[in-house]
Amino acid sequence: MSGVGEPLLEVTDLVKHFPVKRGLLVDREVDRVRAVDGVSFGVAQGETLGLVGESGSGKSTLCRVVLQLLKPTSGSVRFEGEEIAGLSRRRMRPLRREMQMIFQDPYASLNPRKRVGQIVGEPLRLQGRASGAELRRRVQELLERVGLAPEHYGRYPHEFSGGQRQRVGIARALALRPKLIVADEPVSALDVSIRAQIVNLLDDLQDEFGLTYVFVAHDIGVVRHISDRIAVMHDGKIVEQGPADRVCEQPADPYTKTLLAAVPVPDPRESRAQRTGTAQP
Amino acid sequence: MTSAPLLHVKGLRVGFATEGGELQAVDGVSFDLAPGEVLAIVGESGSGKSVTAQTIIGLTRSPNARIEGSVRLRDTELMNASEAELRRFRGEQIAMVFQDPMTSLNPVYRVGDQIVEAIRAHREKMSNAEARKLAVEMLGSVGIPEPARRVDDYPHEFSGGMRQRAMIAMALALAPDVLIADEPTTALDVTIQAQILDLLGGLNRERNLATILITHDLGVVAEVADRVLVMYAGRVVEEGTLDQIFYDPQHPYTWGLLGSLTRLDRPRPKRLPQIRGAPPSLLDLPTGCSFRPRCPHAFDRCTELPDLAARLEEASEHRDRCWLTPEQKREERGVEGRIGLEEPA
Repeated sequence: MSGVGEPLLEVTDLVKHFPVKRGLLVDREVDRVRAVDGVSFGVAQGETLGLVGESGSGKSTLCRVVLQLLKPTSGSVRFEGEEIAGLSRRRMRPLRREMQMIFQDPYASLNPRKRVGQIVGEPLRLQGRASGAELRRRVQELLERVGLAPEHYGRYPHEFSGGQRQRVGIARALALRPKLIVADEPVSALDVSIRAQIVNLLDDLQDEFGLTYVFVAHDIGVVRHISDRIAVMHDGKIVEQGPADRVCEQPADPYTKTLLAAVPVPDPRESRAQRTGTAQP
Repeated sequence: MTSAPLLHVKGLRVGFATEGGELQAVDGVSFDLAPGEVLAIVGESGSGKSVTAQTIIGLTRSPNARIEGSVRLRDTELMNASEAELRRFRGEQIAMVFQDPMTSLNPVYRVGDQIVEAIRAHREKMSNAEARKLAVEMLGSVGIPEPARRVDDYPHEFSGGMRQRAMIAMALALAPDVLIADEPTTALDVTIQAQILDLLGGLNRERNLATILITHDLGVVAEVADRVLVMYAGRVVEEGTLDQIFYDPQHPYTWGLLGSLTRLDRPRPKRLPQIRGAPPSLLDLPTGCSFRPRCPHAFDRCTELPDLAARLEEASEHRDRCWLTPEQKREERGVEGRIGLEEPA
């Protein structure tokens, strides 16, 4: 799975600063928040890059800048070799169908007044890909593919559980057959027993559609499971990146070590041993 | 570890009248809690774990709630206590810490003033200055640096971890015997979570504090709990010591939870073991065992509700609600040398 093919996404020295302004009549910039502060990474076609970091590390801002939902302060984002940083909205539009996003909160990211069929069909309609009976058929296919039933087409988001809503969000992201999916904490709001279902679904969809993922989460266990490579973010910078198992088993950066050491071990004997300082090999 | 129970909960049932009909949020929960003991209640949303905790301190009383059973703190029956009596018990004897420290602190009052207010609500004779001194002392004891200065900060000047420390300081200011912590670290970053868990563990030992920890995270449970209740759809499906639950789990739902954990110290499996389906609606529970529709090991008898009983001869305090024999369970739960929930071969 790892290192397959050409880089689909290449990010170089990406910077996003938010100015902190103060002033009565004329705003003066008094400081800046360095949310993304010189980040470089590449993601190959068909690969999953896991992005981990704590709140405030800049991982969500990074996602939004990569997808040009926020304008970068400086730096380059190349998608299939083409520079997209700073492209106008109009010139971005044809590229939008190639890159989609899945959000954390399935309760907040679906319009409560629209039916599931409309929500999932919206991208197809907006991009003029399908309409009428054809649109309906394609949406129902998508719903089935993510583990929902075709009859869910006419239901509203509130009629679904959290896991089902996240499936709706995934179906919407898949609708335009994108190449890249950026998933920002897609399973953090879900119950434990549902989390694994969604992770496995994302895995299957990747195989089936040859998708490339940037998977953002604070849960390192889940990130390591799904990722080929992991990048660790701290204070707007990537402090370490490498193959998932290597980063988790032999972290090089002190911050990565701190982060990994803080993850609770779901094994009482092991955590007792760690507490008494007699860690087992 | 176990001495005379401090808190004795028996046959606790909580029903709510809703638009969709009456639902049983908690259906017969019983447990004892001894001083210095940490009891973890584990479950997913809708399992009844938070309603159980809130009912213990009388927070679920409402015209739409039907509450049955007994909650005894030492010799006092809390179920019969008046609102005024309950207010005295809350804070003095049983304190609670919630998930989100931002919404539990009032943003327009200084942190210290809020602690002082909580103290003086119970200690009418204590002067403002004395209460403030206690507040500073408490903030220091939960690891807030420069507490004499930070006592005058507003909540927004505290980080998430510091806010949760402040909530713990407030909860413990009146030296309660029982602390109920409802997902106390869920909203926090993992490095901060580790600090708060250390803090709670230390307080628990130093003060001989009995703690009920409500969580969905078995990793957190493994680090701090002595005993565990696993809840599903309003009922306790398994209870036992920490080691019994992790190394000899008897209920298929517990296997599923343990199986879906990711371990950083183990090679990753090809697929993450999952539990099929979703938890049932409390308005439309299946007959018999509530986990039956999701359980690959279900058989005829599962349409009859199993009682929570000790089914192992060697461990009378390890109880579960599953009809499979202990031999079948030990046979079925092994998945590639690990515990998990899989289709039977």
